[in-house]
Amino acid sequence: MMILSGDPPRSRVLTLVLVLIILALAATPFLFPGAKALNVAAKICVFAALVASYDLLLGYTGSVSFAHTMFYGIGSYAIAIALYGMGPNWAAVATGIVVGLPLAALLALAIGLFSLRVAAIFFAMITLAVASAFQVLASQLSWLTGGEDGRSFQLPELLRPGTVLISKNLFGFEVNGRILTYYLVFAISAVMILALLRVVNSPFGRVLQAIRENRFRAEALGFRTVFHLTYANCLAALVAASAGILNALWLRYAGPDTSLSFSIMLDILLMVVIGGMGTIYGAIIGATIFILAQNYLQSLMGVASKAASEAGLPLLPGLLHPDRWLLWLGLLFIASVYFFPTGVVGRLRNRGGDKSAGTSH
Amino acid sequence: MTELAANDPLPKPKRDIAPILLPVALALVVIPLVGSPSTWLTLTAASLAMGMMIFIMASGLTLVFGLMDVLNFGHGAFIAVGAYVATLVLAPFAASIQADSLWTNLAVLAPAALLSMAVSGALGLIVERVLILPVYGQHLKQILMTTGGLIVAEQGLYALWGPQIIPMPLPTSLRGSFIFGDVAIAKYRVLATLIGLAVFIAIQLVLNRTKLGLLIRAGVENREMVEALGYRIRRLFLGVFMTGSALAGLGGVMWALYREQVHASMSDDLTVLIFIVVIIGGLGSIGGCFIGAILVAMVANYGGFLVPKLALVSNILLMVAILMWRPRGLYAVTSR
Amino acid sequence: MTDLLKLSGVHTHIGRYHILQGIDLTVPQGQTTMLLGRNGAGKTTTLRTIMGLWQASKGEISLAGMRIDSRATPDIALLGVGYVPESMAVFSDLTVKENLVLAARDGPLDDAQLDWIFGFFPALRRFWLSRAGSLSGGQKQMLSIARAIIEPRKLLLIDEPTKGLAPAIVMALIECLKEIKRKGATILLVEQNFFAARELGDNVLVMDNGTIVHRGEMAALAADVPLQERLLGLSLEAHQ
Repeated sequence: MMILSGDPPRSRVLTLVLVLIILALAATPFLFPGAKALNVAAKICVFAALVASYDLLLGYTGSVSFAHTMFYGIGSYAIAIALYGMGPNWAAVATGIVVGLPLAALLALAIGLFSLRVAAIFFAMITLAVASAFQVLASQLSWLTGGEDGRSFQLPELLRPGTVLISKNLFGFEVNGRILTYYLVFAISAVMILALLRVVNSPFGRVLQAIRENRFRAEALGFRTVFHLTYANCLAALVAASAGILNALWLRYAGPDTSLSFSIMLDILLMVVIGGMGTIYGAIIGATIFILAQNYLQSLMGVASKAASEAGLPLLPGLLHPDRWLLWLGLLFIASVYFFPTGVVGRLRNRGGDKSAGTSH
Repeated sequence: MTELAANDPLPKPKRDIAPILLPVALALVVIPLVGSPSTWLTLTAASLAMGMMIFIMASGLTLVFGLMDVLNFGHGAFIAVGAYVATLVLAPFAASIQADSLWTNLAVLAPAALLSMAVSGALGLIVERVLILPVYGQHLKQILMTTGGLIVAEQGLYALWGPQIIPMPLPTSLRGSFIFGDVAIAKYRVLATLIGLAVFIAIQLVLNRTKLGLLIRAGVENREMVEALGYRIRRLFLGVFMTGSALAGLGGVMWALYREQVHASMSDDLTVLIFIVVIIGGLGSIGGCFIGAILVAMVANYGGFLVPKLALVSNILLMVAILMWRPRGLYAVTSR
Repeated sequence: MTDLLKLSGVHTHIGRYHILQGIDLTVPQGQTTMLLGRNGAGKTTTLRTIMGLWQASKGEISLAGMRIDSRATPDIALLGVGYVPESMAVFSDLTVKENLVLAARDGPLDDAQLDWIFGFFPALRRFWLSRAGSLSGGQKQMLSIARAIIEPRKLLLIDEPTKGLAPAIVMALIECLKEIKRKGATILLVEQNFFAARELGDNVLVMDNGTIVHRGEMAALAADVPLQERLLGLSLEAHQ
């Protein structure tokens, strides 16, 4: 219980699903051979952490930020630019981290202080505007960021696929630098999610929830809401930037499409809502569902689309085209906001009914 | 000395003109920076045209927020839908668009614009009933629902029209420029400015001269009291929402002609601009929205000319500056 | 004497708070009923619940024998209920004239009615075309009341009209309300100012903690100083 900060999944089905996901992720390099499976697993890890940090904002403070990808992008670009500029060594990795994380935190601080000073309803709009400006900036500063092409880079020796750490003959599997990188991503993501779980269950997390429920009341009780919200904003930005670092390390690349685009922001929103806002666990579920759908639903839709067009049905081929998978997830998103605002996690918790365990809110 | 009988003059209502002077001042300040007067005139004309188009798109959003506290993040979808629907008319009648006769061109353009407005307005009806009504008064869910609506609308457009960019050529008679000495002002910009002004004047007339307008203004300020006087404000709101959606559709057609192309992602960039305009103007204020749109367009045009690198960032700086000056926007009309 | 308005067992919840905890009251036709009580007793909530601005979670509200507790605010207003909220809620961006135009639902303003109103509130005539936001507090209160009486209403709900006004204006306001009374209006009036209450009220209701703790004739309460002390001690202290 210590590791979960006294906030267990509180549903047998949910626990089972989570354990399955985590075991599957942990064993991916051995269970599912092939580059695609490993890529999908790494993306799930990165996004689970990213979405969990977004949940800290959306689910626990109730503020909608559209700038979360910006922090993710800052992390990605910081590490990419450092490794690109300084060459594939650990000093570059350290430089990326030392520059990227504080930058993200400072920017979050500035946005927080500024937009919390003006009317609260502006927060979503201002973050959207700032994020889009940042995106433009990143593509314009091409001498630094590589513009639309982004930056590809080499990893330090140890993390390269060619580096064999444990040769094949031992267990029948080869453990190389790529797999080591995967476990790095897996472990750091896991640590960040557990840290977030600790944050939301700390007294600080409870203050955030009090602010979400009734800001005026929280203020009347003497909480400095601006301070708490800004702090949450900075924490979320730090985790997002770290997730960005992991993402760039995994892809050996940072570019607008993989780390800054508005569609990633929408993806995060979809994941957190489908998984379940204000639960942290929802991030793991949401990221898993979404990324599996993104990677495997599309091929399914392709088959369906083909069948529909062969059957001569109107409109359906277009609607079922693999590129239109977001359409269906968008509908799912609306339906989940409307029908189960607590997402998959809330749904399972209500059904599981195992309420004796864990703390009540 | 009771106030009932008092004859002392009422303190003169302060007309808040500082925001109106802002774009004028900005235009004057950049004259020496731009240097050439003809360039300055061209840039200013471009700013006005762009500002008017943004105003048309943003006006509905600001009223909808002011009246019912509804923040529609999917507003940009109406813009894209409007532009796509116009292609339904413009593509089959491409010959009439290419004809070098203003009337032939307009005979196609006007129905196209009207159809766009009708479809966007009808879509507004659906969005209000399906996405907004169920989550009334809950900002967080409103933002999520309407963002979801934006995703679905954008994907729906791709499904129907395909992901490629659709060209939307400007009618022949609207190409080219009016030349005054060494100043060239594009014809289409003049038309866009005129339409924008017409929309602004029409909105102002409705708001100030009709009972419906009085109700909208009163509702922006205090909707409970409007209801307590016996008016069903929800119907009024639906009307405003549909009108705002239709105007966004019109703005979409105009913008697509301005850029001579249609793409579903056009709504993303414009949404950001529109939000900045609405925030700068003060949520719920039509006058503020008008000034904000011109300011944003000026910053984009002058800024694009003077410091091209800063194009979009400059709008953020403008927003920050204005909110530092007036944290609730140029004109704060709502009590919220 | 028939009862125009009747509340029985009305409960109102606002969020998690249980504000009205079973209100029973009647407002007789043609009389002015005072609703007194300390701050937070639930007076404003009672008026808002009658007006449909809060939904009653339990109980019945009827106007002239007709259930209105599940009706929407505009419908209740259309049944002939005029409401003057505590905050006055004049539309400050609109002129005095425009405020009254909106209040006159049945079409153009009636000159005779206007003259009658100008009789009480000459200031409204003077500032006819000024923005309501530029009026003084007392003038706003007058406009707010004028809005409620511009058309004949069955019932007027008025929330603390004298709050924050200078004594001279309070006197003028009391005269005006008396005149409205003489015209036969039925009024439910929330008031903290006991002097005003004594001048205007036929009947009195005293609220505390979301229930009615006393009901009777205003004259009887006005004559019984110990009872006043017991019921209103707090509110009198706070509002001397």
